Amino acid sequence: MLIDVHAHFYHARTSRADWRERNQSRLTAGDKIGITIHLTSIVGTFGFTSPMYFPSPRDVTAGNDALLALQRELPGKIRGYVSVNPNYTAHARAEIVRCLDAGMIGIKLAASRRADDRLLHPIAELARERRVPVLHHIWQHRRVDWPGQEASDAVELCALARRHPQVAFILAHIGGGGDWLHSLHAVRDVENVYVDLSGSGVDGGMLESCIESVGVSRLLWGCDITLDTGWAKLRYLETLLDKEQMAAVRWKNAARIFPPGAFPSD
Amino acid sequence: MRIDCNAFLGAYPWRKVPGTSPEALVRALDRTKIDVAWITHLPGLFWRDPTEGNAWLYETARAQKRFKPVPTVHPELAQWEQVLADAANAGAPAVRCDPLYLGLEPAGGEMRVLAAACGAARIPLMLAVRLEDGRQRHPNDRAGELPAAAVRALIRSDADVRLIVTHADRAFIEEVHFGSTPEEARRIWWDICWIWGPPEDHLATLLDTIGVERFVFGTGQPLRLPENSIAKLDLLDLAPERRAAIESRNVQELVS
Repeated sequence: MLIDVHAHFYHARTSRADWRERNQSRLTAGDKIGITIHLTSIVGTFGFTSPMYFPSPRDVTAGNDALLALQRELPGKIRGYVSVNPNYTAHARAEIVRCLDAGMIGIKLAASRRADDRLLHPIAELARERRVPVLHHIWQHRRVDWPGQEASDAVELCALARRHPQVAFILAHIGGGGDWLHSLHAVRDVENVYVDLSGSGVDGGMLESCIESVGVSRLLWGCDITLDTGWAKLRYLETLLDKEQMAAVRWKNAARIFPPGAFPSD
Repeated sequence: MRIDCNAFLGAYPWRKVPGTSPEALVRALDRTKIDVAWITHLPGLFWRDPTEGNAWLYETARAQKRFKPVPTVHPELAQWEQVLADAANAGAPAVRCDPLYLGLEPAGGEMRVLAAACGAARIPLMLAVRLEDGRQRHPNDRAGELPAAAVRALIRSDADVRLIVTHADRAFIEEVHFGSTPEEARRIWWDICWIWGPPEDHLATLLDTIGVERFVFGTGQPLRLPENSIAKLDLLDLAPERRAAIESRNVQELVS
């Protein structure tokens, strides 16, 4: 079993005219790699009718609806994170309830509001009540405010995680840009933060540092927008870890933090 | 046969990187079934005189038949022509010059003279667009990335120069390729290490639009996992002869 904890699919209300091809490409490549479940979020309209990282409530709902449809279409392949914009607290909480009730299994927070902001607490509280993890977009060591997003870094995510110790937080795409070593120092002692290995970065030494920092039990395999880098990391991990440890990274760690029954052989 | 034309030996100044010794590189080649690696002395790229790493590079390559040396040339230092001649005499498949790490104008006078000399010597000139993702670089690692305009200018600067450009992404490659005449574009080879695979399918697109003959197998190891370049190819439905062209035949023809 292999769970990609960080996948994205597109839909008709995005600016991608090739959205069907991109979705099919992910599924085809996933089959080659052996991905059992694509754990997916759709962040609004990916910038089409509101900014990607600041999606309007209407776009948030449209993206989540598209994901629910995809989940219904491919129940054996797709699981969903409900995406929300925490600046719209009531909408965000209602959307979480709606989509979890409809079968989604986690919450996705991108970069609409800093992770250590008080507006994240109602979201985290709901995650605790519903016993679902939160995947949080992270810029590894954000030194400046990057345009187009209110990105958080690991230190800010850890502040949120310490306030909500019963919630599992997934630090998104350790290879997705920025100084991953800074993040790995920050999360080392925060037991409810898990590291998602996705991202286009395939730096030599990064995986060794991940293992050294948080141990195998807090690593989750994923791809994000480059499946080739995900497969490369998987192949390299096989040279570092034994069979049981590989199973943990491939799916068992995910099965532990997502709701019971979320995955086929769980 | 699989030839990695983009590999390094030696420590990286900006972060700890495992596997930088010759022995470790051989183990990585074994692990990934790479037969031959073209190697450059990595720390030398950051020295005031990068050619000071070349002697060790030649010695290391002589001791390991799977290594082919790609020495560095600094066209602003006196006697650089001798460095180029030494490379030719040593059978180096290419020479390397990363102008922005040397504080040179990437398509300035020195680089154009070097390009012409490489053309005359029939040695390909290798340049990297980057070595690391710009978002993660050390705060003091401020050398700019190689601009696509510089590659276009260099290929136009001499009719015999041949360039191998590493660590380029799809947009960069398209800008240079379609911003060049067909004759110019035929003298540029691109390594695949920084080109995205699925679901964006940048590599598949480029192989279709530009042609398989323009691409060579490179990894950027040990700064990057060599498994990545293999995974990109494994995710394509390439006919064996097209894959072989990327993995070895294109560079073999380039240096023959």
